[in-house]
Amino acid sequence: MRHRKRAGALALLLLIAAAVLAAGPQRSVQVREGKLRQSPSFLGKITADVAYGDRMEVLEETAGWTRVRDGSGRSGWIHASALTEKKVVLKAGQGDVAAGASGEEIALAGKGFNEEVEKTYRAANPDVDFAWVDRMETWTVTPDQAAAFVSAGKLVPGGAR
Amino acid sequence: MKRILILTALAALVLAGCGSVAKMGAQLGQGAGVLTEQQTQSINRSVDVLEKTFEDVTPEQEYYIGRSVAASLLTSYRPLENPVLNGYVNDLGQTLAMASDRPETFGGYHFLVLDSDELNAFAAPGGLILVCRGLVLMCETEDELAAVLAHEVAHVQNRDGLRAIKTSRLTGALTTLSVEGARHLGGEQLRDLANQFDGSIQDVTGTLVNSGYARGQETAADQAARIILERVGYDPLALNRMLQVMAAHWDPKGPGFARTHPSPQDRLADIGGKAAGEADVVDVRQARFAQALGIKR
Repeated sequence: MRHRKRAGALALLLLIAAAVLAAGPQRSVQVREGKLRQSPSFLGKITADVAYGDRMEVLEETAGWTRVRDGSGRSGWIHASALTEKKVVLKAGQGDVAAGASGEEIALAGKGFNEEVEKTYRAANPDVDFAWVDRMETWTVTPDQAAAFVSAGKLVPGGAR
Repeated sequence: MKRILILTALAALVLAGCGSVAKMGAQLGQGAGVLTEQQTQSINRSVDVLEKTFEDVTPEQEYYIGRSVAASLLTSYRPLENPVLNGYVNDLGQTLAMASDRPETFGGYHFLVLDSDELNAFAAPGGLILVCRGLVLMCETEDELAAVLAHEVAHVQNRDGLRAIKTSRLTGALTTLSVEGARHLGGEQLRDLANQFDGSIQDVTGTLVNSGYARGQETAADQAARIILERVGYDPLALNRMLQVMAAHWDPKGPGFARTHPSPQDRLADIGGKAAGEADVVDVRQARFAQALGIKR
């Protein structure tokens, strides 16, 4: 009886290990606002928003683009430059940080030069005005606008690679 | 005693930035039985931590550096309040950035025209790109303006701004946080980081405004710009044409580009110096270019 229990537990462990091994490599979103798209192009329809630090499983890779799936099963294409192989840790005190994982494996969100440091810099340099920088950051180009600009200018859709 | 001496010497090597020498020494020390394997590993780890430089700056930190660099440039240059031109430059710039090797940065690419006659443009780390009205108006076609902006996008792609930061500041910034983690920073640590931040902003703006990048970095940016132009469907020779036009306006003692960039002739030579003939002007592009610049023809 005891042996059977042990064998069952072992089988379960093996199954879990197999599932972990079968899963694709993991990446983290390293931009503030990531988008998943239907096709590997910036003109592809946006199907989901992903956030800084979100873990993604890699399903497929092609020139510059990665097809990923997040923890809740949403999948889509995202440009490889929005992803890092490091694990982005959003809060201190999480296991990996305590265990002293190296900088090659993890990146601490909000570390070093962050909003707080910018505040200190602004207090020390009152003549430096961030109003225009904040305004610039609100200027975005939607995929529809980009597509219209490309097609009106007889350019290559999606910047062919 | 001997072991302590060796450890001290290796630590000094690490701090002096002679990482590989320290690693070699540690290896030898272990081989000779003076150091334990654990000590060797520990030394190698410290070397790895301290040798990291701008490559270990996360896109998030790059974003904060870029914001302050742009804001600090805007103390010497006034923004141009022209929604039509700024909108056009953003449409064009975004299209180019999307075709670069690094289309995604933490806060994205954003472009602003400066109210200045200078033939000059600046790429702050992370993708805040500022271009003087003088340089925009120097361009004769959308393809040439695309060449100007693609060159700036290439500096962001190559992280040239971050490379301008003195390694010692980044090492300091990175070690402070390896101790502190993301915990709320204490007053002293915050002051320390703020000093390194301030110095980093000065390093980058000083390079953008006064000293310029190395000639090799400019050549690399020109080469990357040409690839971006080609991917989007612009005439890659527009870069050569833009440099030829710039050569005609070139005042080696003038402000802006003349101080921070190699001469247009040198840049042309570095990218293979092909002389570009008359532009093959695409009417629809020329029409929107002229409209955005407020040129009546």
